[in-house]
Amino acid sequence: MLSKVGPGPDVERPVDVGPGPALVARPPTHWARSGALLVVLAIALVVLVVAAGASGAFQLSPGEVLASILHRIGLDWGTPPDALGEDVLWEIRFPRVALTVLVGGSLGCAGALMQGTFSNPLAEPGIIGVSSGAALGAVLIIVSGLAPFGTWSITAAAFVGGVTTVFVVYSASRQNGRTEVITMVLTGIALNALTGAVLGLLTYFSDDSQLRSITFWSLGSMAQATWPKVAVVAPLAIGGMLLAPTFSRRLDLLALGDRPARHLGVDVERTRRLVLLLVAVLTASAVAVSGQVLFVGLVIPHLVRMAAGPGHRILVPASGLAGATILVGADLAARTVAAPAEIPLGVLTALVGSPFFFWQLRRMRSRQGGWA
Amino acid sequence: MALRSARRLGAPGRASVGEVLVAARGVGVELGGQPILDSVDLSVAAGEVVALVGPNGAGKSTLLGALTGDVALAAGAVLVCGRALGEWSGVELALRRSVLPQQVTVTFPFSVRDVVEMGRAPWVHVDGDARGGEVVERVMVECDVASMAERQLPTLSGGERARVALARVLAQEAPILFLDEPTAALDLHHQELVLGLARARASAGVAVVVVLHDLALAGAHADRIVVLSHGRVVADGPPAEVLDEDLLSAVYQHPIEVVPHPRTAAPLVMPRR
Repeated sequence: MLSKVGPGPDVERPVDVGPGPALVARPPTHWARSGALLVVLAIALVVLVVAAGASGAFQLSPGEVLASILHRIGLDWGTPPDALGEDVLWEIRFPRVALTVLVGGSLGCAGALMQGTFSNPLAEPGIIGVSSGAALGAVLIIVSGLAPFGTWSITAAAFVGGVTTVFVVYSASRQNGRTEVITMVLTGIALNALTGAVLGLLTYFSDDSQLRSITFWSLGSMAQATWPKVAVVAPLAIGGMLLAPTFSRRLDLLALGDRPARHLGVDVERTRRLVLLLVAVLTASAVAVSGQVLFVGLVIPHLVRMAAGPGHRILVPASGLAGATILVGADLAARTVAAPAEIPLGVLTALVGSPFFFWQLRRMRSRQGGWA
Repeated sequence: MALRSARRLGAPGRASVGEVLVAARGVGVELGGQPILDSVDLSVAAGEVVALVGPNGAGKSTLLGALTGDVALAAGAVLVCGRALGEWSGVELALRRSVLPQQVTVTFPFSVRDVVEMGRAPWVHVDGDARGGEVVERVMVECDVASMAERQLPTLSGGERARVALARVLAQEAPILFLDEPTAALDLHHQELVLGLARARASAGVAVVVVLHDLALAGAHADRIVVLSHGRVVADGPPAEVLDEDLLSAVYQHPIEVVPHPRTAAPLVMPRR
């Protein structure tokens, strides 16, 4: 500690940093920023939930929405809307908002987990084909009319489809302890093409009502939200999001590469299998009720990283919260921008997300000096 | 996860100088049916710096990989602190040996301090990493990276990144230290800094194994030099004994001169031109 070795090049030492007490703890600004981000996101989520409850063909004021919520939890405050307004709010809008929160949270969280476990900022359930794999599983159940697990059949099929694609991509794109970007994206293209072809085939042979269902799956929408659907997804989404932060420390270490992580005591293969299983649960539960809502898992973790740094202890929960917030906002836009018509939510997220993906791809290529 | 370890992990006790901490016994490694290492024997004791040298393809990095457990053995055994590699759990092993890899890449824009703190990961299982903050500060100063603690890793030069990686490895405080070509990206000043730090760790009772290309550096900093050629150990001894013109010329298949330094008499190794 006392022996400073040589004078050292002065360019690298703008200020003389001794081992003073100011350096011993992490600078407070880091935690302050992370905490502020979580608070801002939580406030934004509440505001958007109230706004989503108020907007639509049947107009309600934000005060009425707030009063109605408070009444349900036993607080007498303000004047709730009339019986019709209550019905619109609790039978039509809030199931949709609740489902959007769960789906957005799941996708944001799954994106952060996936990028962490592949050590690759381009890994996203939609791009590498997990979402379309899950959608294919769900559509197969719809078209075949089979229901081996009752109301859970579609969710279960989406889950199996999601898990299968995760592990196909995983085994195809890893080499020497790293995930090659190009192999991963190409594997995703191949899988998306395959599922697209099978979906096309199923579309060709389906009747009118099935066709509507399939369109819903491939475009992604929250329009078919009901409380029973919320009840099916909630345990998987909430359970998954509660488990996700337990992997934070190990995901941090995986950023060093597989071998260094192993040298620090991480059981790399086991961790990766568990995290991918978790990603499949979160993605499949989201896809099972909303169809393919793409790019949320790509964009959200990146935005959070810019605001609060790459540490997964903040990144994973904040991506879940940010995913929920942004998707509630996006769904509000999807159903109000072109009212009375509704833009499919998945189309909207893809419109915003794909240019972002393009930009990321270019950035990564220039950093790596091109892919030969 | 600290919750899961009902049985608290013990950190290794301080080894006494001379106690063998790493040993290879008749180690053989094959890659794609080709023998890369053939019956290699090697012992490294607490308090010594052992340099692995040899021409390209001699098996230096493979031997290091075999010692760290990254490369599967076709024959023989590797003992760490007296027990076979496979008998330790990942965390137990991480408390006993740290490894500086040849290439240092970190995927996301972590700060220098974040990366150095990662070296403390195994200690969370021992005592919740009670001494973490203090150790991280000390190794950052030692490795000359304290002034860039809050900078993001992708903004650093290759040499700066190499020192950050070293700081992370030293923060692990393991009694065995493996370094794979730690000086490759460094200028003269930082080469001396890094090998000086390895030397200081050895004096404190750490067993250091370092892969080096530069024979003069090996001669100046190592207690013992192990020369590998075609997957076999062809010499193992103190620099004065191993840095022999005939031996090196044969191993490198190039005429080599060894001359004493005019002031210190340390052996200088150079190709005959």
